[in-house]
This record gives sequence, structure tokens and C-alpha cells, in this order.
Amino acid sequence: MTDQVKPQASVLANLDEVRAMIKRHKLNDSIFAIIGLVALMIGLLTLLTLFVDLVMDGYPRFNLDFMSEFPSRRAGSAGLLSAWVGSLLVLSVTFISAVPMGVGAGIYLEEYAPKNWFSDLIEINVTNLAGVPSIIYGLLALGLFVYILGLGQSIVTAGLTLGLLILPVVIVSTREAIRSIPVAIREAAYAVGATKWQVVSQHVVHYSFGGILTGVIIGMSRAIGETAPIITIGALTFIAFLPPSPVSAEPPYLNFDWLFSGFTVLPIQMFSWLSRPNPEFHINAAATGAIIIVVTLLMNGTAIWLRYNMRKKIKW
Amino acid sequence: MVTVTTPIKAESRNLNFFYNGGNHALKGITMPLYDKKITALIGPSGCGKSTYLRCFNRMHDLYPGNRYEGQIVMHPDNTNVLADGVDAIEVRMRISMVFQKPNPFPKSIYENVAYGLRVRGETNKRVLDDKVEEALKGAALWNEVKDRQQDLAFNLSGGQQQRLCIARALATDPEIMLFDEPTSALDPIATANIEELMSELRNKLTILVVTHNMQQAARISDYTAYMYLGDLIEYGDTDKIFTNPSRKETEDYITGKFG
Repeated sequence: MTDQVKPQASVLANLDEVRAMIKRHKLNDSIFAIIGLVALMIGLLTLLTLFVDLVMDGYPRFNLDFMSEFPSRRAGSAGLLSAWVGSLLVLSVTFISAVPMGVGAGIYLEEYAPKNWFSDLIEINVTNLAGVPSIIYGLLALGLFVYILGLGQSIVTAGLTLGLLILPVVIVSTREAIRSIPVAIREAAYAVGATKWQVVSQHVVHYSFGGILTGVIIGMSRAIGETAPIITIGALTFIAFLPPSPVSAEPPYLNFDWLFSGFTVLPIQMFSWLSRPNPEFHINAAATGAIIIVVTLLMNGTAIWLRYNMRKKIKW
Repeated sequence: MVTVTTPIKAESRNLNFFYNGGNHALKGITMPLYDKKITALIGPSGCGKSTYLRCFNRMHDLYPGNRYEGQIVMHPDNTNVLADGVDAIEVRMRISMVFQKPNPFPKSIYENVAYGLRVRGETNKRVLDDKVEEALKGAALWNEVKDRQQDLAFNLSGGQQQRLCIARALATDPEIMLFDEPTSALDPIATANIEELMSELRNKLTILVVTHNMQQAARISDYTAYMYLGDLIEYGDTDKIFTNPSRKETEDYITGKFG
């Protein structure tokens, strides 16, 4: 190696400068990463502490009796039976009312509605509705379902109220899921002679099913913890009976009396226990809180799992 | 001298096209597509060749505000595919299309090919099986996929996916097949396969192909049309267009002086 390149002094000096600059920039990187991590930890640890606290407080009540007993004047023998059955029934009304309506509206807005100022207006309103405080829905329901339609302070009223509440969530997530289907796939389907309905039902909805389902589950997990609108419509807090069974052994096998039954739901039961002076009831409240959180986490976890799996299977 | 006249399968008559917003994308295009021949459309980007192609299966109907003027007449039945009374779906059942980027459905290989038949109401499993096999053979894909027809189409390579799209377009026995730059997303070997396939398809149907690649047009087509800014500058035998074009603009484009 005879003619090695002779480094110029100016280049060397420059190199040092460049290295110093890179070091500064890397420092900025690390600083931001640390700030982000701290922010994340504050959020995460707070939630975790809350959850652990609830579990520790409610620990004595984690047994089957707690699930199979009605509320009682004695804290030790009070249970969640009427509350979880109520929640289940209310949520099924919510599901049955909000999902077809929300998914249908989402599909219509995205695929069929002409794009003009009116559809823009609807879009803005739907998005805004998702941010309306839930108690407002409660007031609306009190006026509309309870007084005008005369549905009473019943399961069907609560279910429809929560249905209204999650409707914007379902509509928005349906639209987003549909929008992620590439134009090329739609054109491919149209090009072989498919009608709009065939394209929508056999392709668009089919491929965006995971996304739509995710939105539905997230909406439902929001509904399960809602308290304010249910209190507003006048749910009872102490219920020592179950609604009439939806199925029976004799014909007509199905009956819908349960829809108009009084009810309570998990968060209201929790609220009611919490507002008692006797600290023994607070144990029950903590246990209920932990159960609500676990159910919500499970639902959200399912949504994430579904989304992940659908994404893995279909790559555009 | 005896001249064998090739029948015309379809022709555009004074075809004008306006995009939503008024952009006049096609200006009075009159041009034949000869039966069982390949017609290539060449020209620089934005010249309207894809727009022209997509008029044939009324793809522009999918987006509001687009407007056709003039006619595209199919023979021998003299149907004007652009007429108000003619349903776009009927047109697409007669004229199929292969797109620029392979766009199989996220379904199985079998279902991709069978889809066009299902849309036409075919439910008989034996008929479907036969037609799918025939189409896959026609698209020179059968040997590669015959043992894994239930596999997801996305697991195929890009070239295979494009041949699958050709099989999908072929399964319904179209009279005309439109190819919109079918090889621009493919490597040279896959491109050669597709070109060979197109030459074979010529025995069965009429082909209109848009291409950016002039060598490709010269290799595979019987007739070539050169378009520029929405005008049809020159149309003729491919040999003549590439060896002895009558218009200066065509020559400039073909020799690479322009475009």
C-alpha cells in the first residue's frame, strides 16, 4: 500500500464535529424515549395499582356464592346474581339493537350514500356523538323510551340506551374497517360482473369482518361499565329477584316478559354497595369492580387478538 | 391479390370521455378491435390509454360524475355498451379485465377463479371444478397449483397471482379481455410468461392491452394505437407503426425522442 490516501486535516476536524453532532442527536433520542417511558409507566402503574387494590380488597368475596346470591342486608351473604344476569340481558339487548343498526349505517354511509355536503354533515355528527357524555344519553332515554314510548324503567330501555351510546363507536369503526379494503379488490369484483350488493356482502364486509367485530366488542366493553345513563333512566339498586326467564319448558318456549322487568347491572350494584356506610359492603364493591375490569379486559383482549389474526391472514 | 378481411369484434365511434370535474380525457376516438387479435395502446403517461380501456367494461361507472359520449359497439349484435339501456354488469360479463397490479381476492385459488361463475349463478360443483381447471390451464397455471387449489391466493408469487387474475377473467368465457399494463409490476421472467400467454389467448378471444413498454407492444400485438393527450394520433398494423409510422409524433415517441 504505497499510495495511501492522506487524510486532510480539515476533513478530520470536520469528522469530529460530525461525531459530536451525532452524539447530541442520539442524546435527544434517549431523552425522548425516557420521557415516553415515564408517561407510559404513570398510566400503566396507576391502573395496575388500582386493579391490585380492588383485588386485594375484594379478595374474600371471590367465590361462587358471590355470583349466585342475591343482594342482602348482610354484606357477607350478599351476591351479584341479579346484577350479572341484569348486565347480561341488558347487553344482549344492546348487542341486538346496536350491531345491525351500526354496521348497516356504516356500510350505507361508506358504500351507498352519495358523497355531498349532507353526508359530510352526517359524518361530523356521528363522530361528535361518540363524544357526547353518557348522561345525556340517559336523559334522552328517560324522555324517549321511558315517558314517550312507555317502555318503563326496564331492561329493554337500558339496553336500547346503551345501544344508542355505542352506536357511533360501531358506525365509525365499521366505516374505518370498510375503508381499509383496497380499491383494487372492489374493482376486481366489479370487473367480473358482480353487483354492488355482491361486492359489499361477499367482499367488503367479508374482508373487513375482523375490524367491524373489533369495533363492536370495544363498544360492548364500554357499555358494560356505563353507570350514569342507567341510573338516569331509573334502574333499581336493590333487586332480589331475577327477570322472568327468556326460555321456558312449555310452548311458546320463548317469552319476552324479561324485557320489561326491573333490573340492576354490575356497575350500579357496585355503586350501591359503595354508598353504604358499612365497610363490609365495600369489600363487595371492590370485588365487583375487579370483576368488571376483568370482563372489560377480556373483551378488549379478544378484540386485539381478532384484529391481529385478521391482519396476519390478509395482507394487502 | 386476395385480402382476407378480419371481422371487427368491437369499435369505438367518436368516443369522448369526461372525468368528474370536466377533464376531457378522450377526444373523439374512433378505432376498431379486430376479432381474435391483440390491439395495443401505447403513449406517454396521462395520454388516456387506460381511460380508454376502462370505457370498454364501464369501470368509470363506479365513480360518480364521469361521463361518456359516443359509442363502443360490439359485434355481431351491434350492442352499444355505453348506451343508457345497457347494464354495466351485462357488459362486464362479456368483457373481462386484468389489472395493472395483481389483485386476487383474499380467498382460495379455486374461489378466485370460480368467483365470476358464482356471480353468474353457477352452483354445480362439477361444472365449477371443470371450468376452474379449464381456466387455470388456459392461464398456464394449472400445473403449478393443481394440488393446492384451496391455498390462499396471496401465497402465490406476483407472476402467478397475475396469471390467476387472468384465469379469473378467463373462466367466464369473455368475448373481449382488457389488459391494463398487466406486466408493469412483474419481473422479466413473469413478464415473458404473461406475454406468451396473451399470444395464446388470441386464439380464443379479442384482446385490448395498454402497455408502457413499446417492445412489448411490438412483440405481442397485431395492431397498435398511439395516443397522446386524449387524441388517437395513429392506428395501424403493429409492423407498420413500428417500422414506418406515417405520423411524425408516432415516430418521435417510438424512437425515444419523446415520452
